[in-house]
Amino acid sequence: MTRAPVPGGSGPVLSLRDVTKTYGDVGALRGVTLDVAAGELVAVVGPSGSGKSTMLNIIGTLDRPTDGSVSIAGNDVATMSDDALSGLRAAHIGFVFQHFHLQAGATAAENVADGLLYTGTGRRERHRRAVDALGKVGLGHRVDHRPNQLSGGEKQRVAIARAIVGDPTILLADEPTGALDSASGAAILALLRELNAAGTTVLVITHDLELAASLPRQVRMRDGLVEDDSGARGSVAASAADLAAAIGGVS
Amino acid sequence: MTGVVRSRVSPADLLRLGVFGLRTRPGRVVLSALGIAIGIAAMIAVVGISSSSKAKVDQVLDALGTNVLTATQAQGFGETPPLPDTALESVLRQDDVESAAAVGKVTDGAVYRNEFIPAPETKGIGVLAAWGDVPKVLGGAFSSGHWIDDSVDAPPQVVLGADAAEALGIDRVAADTRVWMGGKWVQVVGILKPIELADDLDNQVFVPRGLAEQLGFDGAPSSVYTRIDPERVEQARDLLAGAIRPGSPQDVGVTRPSDALAAKNATNESFTGLLVGIGGVALLVGGIGVANTMVITVLERRAEVGVRRALGARRRNIRDQFLVESLLLSFLGGVAGVVIGVGVTVVFAVGQGWPVAIPVWAVAGGLGATVVIGGVSGLYPAARAARIPPTSALAAV
Repeated sequence: MTRAPVPGGSGPVLSLRDVTKTYGDVGALRGVTLDVAAGELVAVVGPSGSGKSTMLNIIGTLDRPTDGSVSIAGNDVATMSDDALSGLRAAHIGFVFQHFHLQAGATAAENVADGLLYTGTGRRERHRRAVDALGKVGLGHRVDHRPNQLSGGEKQRVAIARAIVGDPTILLADEPTGALDSASGAAILALLRELNAAGTTVLVITHDLELAASLPRQVRMRDGLVEDDSGARGSVAASAADLAAAIGGVS
Repeated sequence: MTGVVRSRVSPADLLRLGVFGLRTRPGRVVLSALGIAIGIAAMIAVVGISSSSKAKVDQVLDALGTNVLTATQAQGFGETPPLPDTALESVLRQDDVESAAAVGKVTDGAVYRNEFIPAPETKGIGVLAAWGDVPKVLGGAFSSGHWIDDSVDAPPQVVLGADAAEALGIDRVAADTRVWMGGKWVQVVGILKPIELADDLDNQVFVPRGLAEQLGFDGAPSSVYTRIDPERVEQARDLLAGAIRPGSPQDVGVTRPSDALAAKNATNESFTGLLVGIGGVALLVGGIGVANTMVITVLERRAEVGVRRALGARRRNIRDQFLVESLLLSFLGGVAGVVIGVGVTVVFAVGQGWPVAIPVWAVAGGLGATVVIGGVSGLYPAARAARIPPTSALAAV
């Protein structure tokens, strides 16, 4: 199930060690350890309040952990400045949001090109790659359409194109099918599988158990802890401690 | 660290972001740029109109010359005697005097459209007895007719000043154009245009001394107008009083009407200062409007900022984006203000028959001010936007 590490990096593309996050007295994450290797397609699933959104924020370097260490593509997040984290996000992380968050007045290509705006790429090159990315998500014919001329499924495809246009090390999708009907949702899921098959590491956050079950690896969250990790259980590489923790969570 | 570079956005991209931010909210842009536009328009119009008026005065002075001196009874504390009857002759004997004319106030004189007008309704029109060609000395012109025959025994006749003619409802001279003076009809022979160098003459009528005496004129001139050799104006100023009253020159006041014209323009300048001040207040309010709009924009666009942070924008990239937007908003208002201000100036100046004069420094200063205002107004909202946490994109629904 696990693939070779990213070229140039060593070990997993994403690694959380004993990560905690507390808001005042509330522990949103209470010691999470998770490794994701390059090329994986992982579902993080759990009910609301389980800490999966907090974990997404921390994996996406949008927020810092209270304690524990986070490593993205070989970079230790704790030692990095806010500016350096921004650079890390621009280069290594693609985000897909439940509510798409597209610019209403901009065309599909302009929205996708925004995914490269902060990477120092020239304008023509941004546009060329945006059109490429739209082709990859099956929207080559919608390049000049604005969001209000697109269906929900198409909007999410534009958002996915924006997330992958920079060729990220990891693609983080937060409830990517949450705002879509089941047919569009299934198509989006198929697209994510397709992108994964082409080499992109994908991490999908969802509360949809059925969706999670259809993905190769499921990480089940509850009360700020990893309750079960099918990858850790099945992988020979998983440490005995991880295994014990997983079993402990189940019992 | 592997492959992590600093996020940067080129100036051209920043500009594009700013334009995009404004383009998608046109209504708000118009409303908040309006404040700036009004402020700049007010300042440009005030400065432009005042410059145009000054240009007109300069033009008038060029045409009329600055070598006219007026001698009158001295104004001051205590009684001074009126000018002597011989004042005009004394003045004409001076070498520096090129030409001269005089008028004398007919205290009880009045002029009416016809015999049915009640005596008190004089419309404030005064009657002056004339020696010599008054309009020629003062650079005046006729809209109709010609000057009176100013000899002592001339037949009764009258020339109307521009305002007096208008008040009497007479706009042209015909063979039967008459006015009612001292209980009989008097032929109107001429109507003057406004006299720039002596606008107190516009609401007067001019009659020969013979007719004036019938109306009760005491024979003393009240003002002597002289045109002096242009090289000798300053010296002549002192000589004139002595020539008119050799014994007591202090009883004669000598003024230079072109100075009065220039001074009138100078008093306009303090008024201009006041209006510029009002324009400044409008600009300040406009700046606050821009700041207000930007704060609201930032509040509304938390999700967008979150998305941009997630896409890799640094805090300063976000700050710059909103700062540029604020600058553009303000500058747009400034450009609109310049256009409006120039338009108002042109319409006003052309309407007044003035040359259009808008100083370049006013336009450049106005646009420069909008850049400063936009920058200052955008600082706080932009700093706020930069502080929006990156998690906002995920938190926002």
